[in-house]
Amino acid sequence: MKDWTTTSDKLFTRHKKDTSVLEKRAFDEGFFAIHEISQSQALAVKDKYLDTLMYMQDADDESPELEPVRLLTTAFENKGHYYELKIINSMVEEDDLVGELLREAIGLYLLLITVVILINNFVLQRLWQPFYSFLNQLKNYRIGSSKNFPEVSTKTKEFTDLQKAVTILLQQNIETYEQQKQFIGNASHELQTPLAITTNKLELLIEKGNLQPDQAENIAEVMSLIDRMVRLNKSLLLLTKIENKQFLDNRTISLNELVKQSVNDLEEIAEFKNVKINVFESAELTIQMDVSLANIIVSNLLRNAIFHNVSNGNVNVNILEDAIHVSNTGIESPLNAEKVFSRFYKSESDQSGTGLGLTIVKAICELYGFSISYRFENSLHWFTIRFR
Amino acid sequence: MKILIVEDEKDLRETIVASLKKEHFVIETASDYLSASEKIEVYNYDCILLDIMLPNGSGLELLEQLKNQGKSGNVIIISAKDSLDDKLKGLELGADDYLTKPFHIAELNARIKAVLRRNKLDGKNTIEIANIVLDLTERTFTVNKENVPLNRKEFDILNYFLLNKNRLVTKNALAEHVWGDNIDQADNFDFIYYQIKNLRKKLQSADAGVEIEAIYGIGYKLTEK
Repeated sequence: MKDWTTTSDKLFTRHKKDTSVLEKRAFDEGFFAIHEISQSQALAVKDKYLDTLMYMQDADDESPELEPVRLLTTAFENKGHYYELKIINSMVEEDDLVGELLREAIGLYLLLITVVILINNFVLQRLWQPFYSFLNQLKNYRIGSSKNFPEVSTKTKEFTDLQKAVTILLQQNIETYEQQKQFIGNASHELQTPLAITTNKLELLIEKGNLQPDQAENIAEVMSLIDRMVRLNKSLLLLTKIENKQFLDNRTISLNELVKQSVNDLEEIAEFKNVKINVFESAELTIQMDVSLANIIVSNLLRNAIFHNVSNGNVNVNILEDAIHVSNTGIESPLNAEKVFSRFYKSESDQSGTGLGLTIVKAICELYGFSISYRFENSLHWFTIRFR
Repeated sequence: MKILIVEDEKDLRETIVASLKKEHFVIETASDYLSASEKIEVYNYDCILLDIMLPNGSGLELLEQLKNQGKSGNVIIISAKDSLDDKLKGLELGADDYLTKPFHIAELNARIKAVLRRNKLDGKNTIEIANIVLDLTERTFTVNKENVPLNRKEFDILNYFLLNKNRLVTKNALAEHVWGDNIDQADNFDFIYYQIKNLRKKLQSADAGVEIEAIYGIGYKLTEK
C-alpha cells in the first residue's frame, strides 16, 4: 500500500507544478488517467483496487500485449474541481518472466553443475585422498620386501580403522611368511647331519665288501635316493638363503667372462652329449651382483640348455648390452611358460632333475630385480634375462 | 699323521674315525668346545676337522685360539651351515678348507690329503704311486717318465682317485667333485662312465702301475697292480 500512496503523492506534487497532468485522460504511455467528475460523483468514490488485464507495449515488446495490471481508482479535489484518478501498475510481465525464469534456471543449473564438479574435484578428492594413497601403498606392498606398512595420513575414523585392520592382517601374513621361511631353512638345515651320517655309513658298508650283488644293488639304490635328497635339500637351503638375502657381496662382473668360463667348464659334457655351444657377443655386459649368484645363474641356464637337448643339438648364448638370451634345441613343443620357473616343475620327458634349477635362477633374478622370461620360437626354447 | 676330529654328533664322529683309520692315521676326538680347546692347547696335530656349532662354544673361537698359536693352517671346517659369513670368517682365521655337510667320505679324504700335502715341507706338488707321477702344478701325467695326455676332467678324476687310493669312490662323490658343487647334476653318470672308460684305456695302453675297478656298480676303486 505504501507504494501506492507514494505514487499518488508524487502525482499530487507534480500536478501542482504542471497542470497538464490533469488533462491526461488515457493511460497511453503513462501509468495514470484523470477524468473530471462532479462533486457528488467524487464524494461517492471510494478508493478501489482492481486486478485486470490491459493492452500495453513495453520497450522490449514488439506489439502491445495483454498484461495483468493492478488498477487503483480514486478521486480528488483541485481548486473546486473534482477529478477521478486511475493509476495502474503492471503486476507482471508473464512471458518476460518465463524467459527470465528460464534463463535464470539454466544459469542456476549451470552454476549447480559447476559447483558439483568443483566439490567433486576438490572437496571429495581431498576427502578421499588418504584412501587412494592408502590403496596405492597397498598395491605396491610386497610381503618380504616392503619395510613399511601402508599408512593413512588422516584422522577420519573409518580410514584409520581400515589402516589398523590392514596392518593386523599384514602382520599376521608376515609372521606366517617368516615362520614358513624359517621352517624350510631349519628343516633343511637339520637334515644335513643325518644325511651326512647315512651317506657315510653306507659308503663304509660298501667299502667293507663281502656283499652279495643283489645286496649291493639295494644299497646302491638307497644311496642314489639319499643323494637325491641331499641335492634337494641343498637346493632348498640355497633358495632360503637367496630369499633371506644372505648373499650380497656385490661386485662389478663381466657377464661375457662369466659365460666363457662357464662354457669352458661345461665343454666336456656338452661334447659328450653331442651338443654344440655357440656364444655370440654383440656387446660387453657388466652387472653389479654377487659373484657366486651370478655363477649360479649362468651355469644353471647353460646346464638346463645342455641337459634338455637332443643329440646334434645346439645351445646359443647371445650377450646383448642389457640382456642375455640362452636358446636351445630340445623337445619340439613349448614348455608351460607359467610353470617352467616354479618349484619342482619337471618336463614329462625328464624326471631326473631336482626341478629347482630354474627356480633358483628366478629367485636370484627377483632378488636383483632382473626380469626372466621363457618363450618357444623357431623350434628353440628361449630363456631371456633382462638386467636393466 | 695325527688328526683331531672335533664334532659333537656321535654317529658322524664315529663314521669319520672309522673311515680315517683305514688311512692309518692316528686319530683323536673331541665332542665339545672345552675338551677340544684342551687338546689343541696341549698337542700338535697334522690336521684338525672342526665343526662350527659345538656344545658350550663355537668352532670359530677354537680357530682363533689356534691362530694365536700359529697353528690354524691345517684346519678343515666341517659345518652343516653353508653360510658365506662363516666360511669367510673361517678362512680369514686361517682355516685351510671349508666342507659343508653332508659330504662324501672320499671328498673328506681328498681334502685331508690335500691339506697334509700342502703342509709338507718338501713343497713338491706331485703324487707318485708305482710308475706314475701326477704333477698338480704343471697338470701333467707321466707313466714311466713318459707323458700321457689327459683332458681336464680326466686329470681331475685321476687326481681324485689317487687321493683316495684303495678306497671306494662313489659315482655321486665323483660327479660332485668333478662337477663342482652344483644342484641339478642328475644323469651325468653316463658322462662319468664315459670319462672313466677313456681314462682306463689310457692307463692300460701306457702300461701304468695302477688300475681302476668298478665296485658293485656304485663306484670305483683305484688300486696298485
